[in-house]
Amino acid sequence: MMVRTLWVALIGILAFLAAGPDPAWAQKGPIKIGFQGPMTGGAAAVGKDMLNGLMMGLEEMGHQIAGRKVEVIVEDNQGRPDVALTKLRKLVESDKVQVLTGGLFAHVGYALAPKVDEYKVPMLYPVMAADDLTQRQSARWVVRTGWTSSQPSHPFGEWVAKTLRYKKVVTVAMDYAFGWEVVGGFQKSFEEAGGQVVQKLWPPLGTTDFAPYLAQIRRDADAVFALMVAASSLRFPKQYQDAGLKARLPLIGGGTTFDEFVLPSLGDEAIGGISPLIYSAAIDTPANKRFVKEYRAKYGKVPSYYSETCYTAARWISEAAKAVGGNVEDKEKFLAALRKVEIPDAPRGPVKLDAYGNPIQNIYVRRVERKEGELWNTVIHTFPAVSQFWKYKPEEFLKQPVYSRDFPPCKHC
Amino acid sequence: MPPRSRLIGLGALLLLLVISPPFLSSYLLTLLTQALIYGILAMSLDLLLGYTGLPSLGHAAYLGVGAYSVGVLTTRYGAGFWFTLAVGVLVAMVVAAVFGLVALRATGVYFLMITLALGMVIWGLAHRWVSMTQGDNGISRIPRPDLGLPWSLANPLPFYYFALGGFLLALWILWVIVQSPFGQSLVGIRESESRMRTLGYDVWLHKYIGFVIAGTIGGLAGVLWAYYNGFVSPADVELATSVEALLMVALGGRATLLGPAVGAAAIVFLKNLVSVYTHRWLLILGAVYIGTIVYAPEGIAGAVSELQSKRGGRAGRPQAKAEA
Repeated sequence: MMVRTLWVALIGILAFLAAGPDPAWAQKGPIKIGFQGPMTGGAAAVGKDMLNGLMMGLEEMGHQIAGRKVEVIVEDNQGRPDVALTKLRKLVESDKVQVLTGGLFAHVGYALAPKVDEYKVPMLYPVMAADDLTQRQSARWVVRTGWTSSQPSHPFGEWVAKTLRYKKVVTVAMDYAFGWEVVGGFQKSFEEAGGQVVQKLWPPLGTTDFAPYLAQIRRDADAVFALMVAASSLRFPKQYQDAGLKARLPLIGGGTTFDEFVLPSLGDEAIGGISPLIYSAAIDTPANKRFVKEYRAKYGKVPSYYSETCYTAARWISEAAKAVGGNVEDKEKFLAALRKVEIPDAPRGPVKLDAYGNPIQNIYVRRVERKEGELWNTVIHTFPAVSQFWKYKPEEFLKQPVYSRDFPPCKHC
Repeated sequence: MPPRSRLIGLGALLLLLVISPPFLSSYLLTLLTQALIYGILAMSLDLLLGYTGLPSLGHAAYLGVGAYSVGVLTTRYGAGFWFTLAVGVLVAMVVAAVFGLVALRATGVYFLMITLALGMVIWGLAHRWVSMTQGDNGISRIPRPDLGLPWSLANPLPFYYFALGGFLLALWILWVIVQSPFGQSLVGIRESESRMRTLGYDVWLHKYIGFVIAGTIGGLAGVLWAYYNGFVSPADVELATSVEALLMVALGGRATLLGPAVGAAAIVFLKNLVSVYTHRWLLILGAVYIGTIVYAPEGIAGAVSELQSKRGGRAGRPQAKAEA
């Protein structure tokens, strides 16, 4: 009977070994891109948008970069940081990918960054926007091709004060890092331009019934700045209208409150909503028109900024790989090339990285309008080439703490 | 079941856990490490669910408390391993001691609901007490412990043995407890609370001590979990984690200690290996749970011992099952 036990043990070991690492000759094979995003759970639809964008980008290149085939390995991280870390290990250690991308939530971004540095495998962040990832806690191997949460808010705050001439604004935002940063950036520049944030409300992430918060909103304000995401974006505008607020206080907000991901599910209640973002499907350039048309033909919907940023990420990887002659195995050189990429004609407009590794790109102020029966984010103003620091000096900007629930403090509440 | 065959099986399993890792790929090794840590959590829950008959739906709270202790102490104060370990386990114990006072006023479904609510309290704290926990962002950059050994625990293999050490420690403590008269009376309480009370046992106190021990060992799992991931966030404390721990115990087999550990390994590997092939992996996982409940209500351990008794008590446990 000992023999039997030993046999079983041996078979167990062999089974493990069979699933072991690939042999070294795999190096000359395809360029492997490891993608992870939420493919199940509440944010699965966003994950799908991201993956669609990436795949469309690669398809346009015929799945070939610099003469090498491209292989994408897709992993579901369920939008959870612990799962994301496990998938990162899998993609790097088991699949031996040469470049990583994907990821949706800010906390996943913070969890992955130190590990990515440890592995020394470049990872593009097309969506994860947490400010500090390219500010106070930057990671060498993370290449952010997306945006920082407060990047669109900075020019928007001043614009609201000067162009819309609102004096007093109430903010209602999801109570987590992304919400704080979007509101913080807005408050900073809005108040510097003479405006006043007179009340800040923080519903928890995932709130769907806003009645208690809507009841609190000060009626003597000029407008309400809302930052909603996902399921909350779907419900907030309707409840805002039903509470009779839309007629009294115009609704403005962060880009995700009205992004292309939620617009198809919204109705007249969203019309007139003004928000800034790095992208609008309604941008009037040939590059974007073609992108929107083909994306629609392929996936039957209007691309969201999630799709655009991942589409551009594919292009980004390809440009960098071409710059190193396809030799992505030289990781240091590949990383340097990734940081040097400039894309003059992305759907969202020209993009290149600043010295801190965050894109300098256009910020679009968009108003929701109905055109031919559909809701679109019409671009009403464009700020060209905005960096994450906007008009501030980086060294001075970095001296202030990262935006939080209590910073900037609410002086006029 | 003949105790001798059981011992041989156990020995072979341990031998496998000790000698096979150097031959594994580093990814499988990290999965195995994860399975060991979840194994500790599942075993500690087994003391409650399996031995005492208390279905706790808030066991992630202790994992979370242990993990957050590590996160705060190491990143903010640069605390060493032993101090962090002691504090992490102690804090979990204190939390369990407080929660036990509240939860043990009820039994059955009510106990389930109260532990669920208490677990959500810890989740709420993790989420909203931003100055301490950094809220939704979580605490990142937790360094791997430095034990002054020649092997750096930053590498997967030494860390695996480190986790194995923690696992064996937890297994040994729990084994001693369930074999002791105290453990036997817990089983007695599970079988008939009123009879135990009539016999003069302080039922409440027994349950309370069991509850605190389970929480404390859950804290140990949390400490290892934080070091393993180098990161802790409210997602670790979510209801989903508590539910998963319950499923591990059910899948592995209640009141068998090692069963839940095997259940933990099965779930960790199923999740990570199946999800590679299909995004419908949740469906497969669900089917496995339902299959277990219908065909093997006593879990993997139950199915194994049934198989053995059918074969007339012949020795030789099918080890491959444990690693499947």
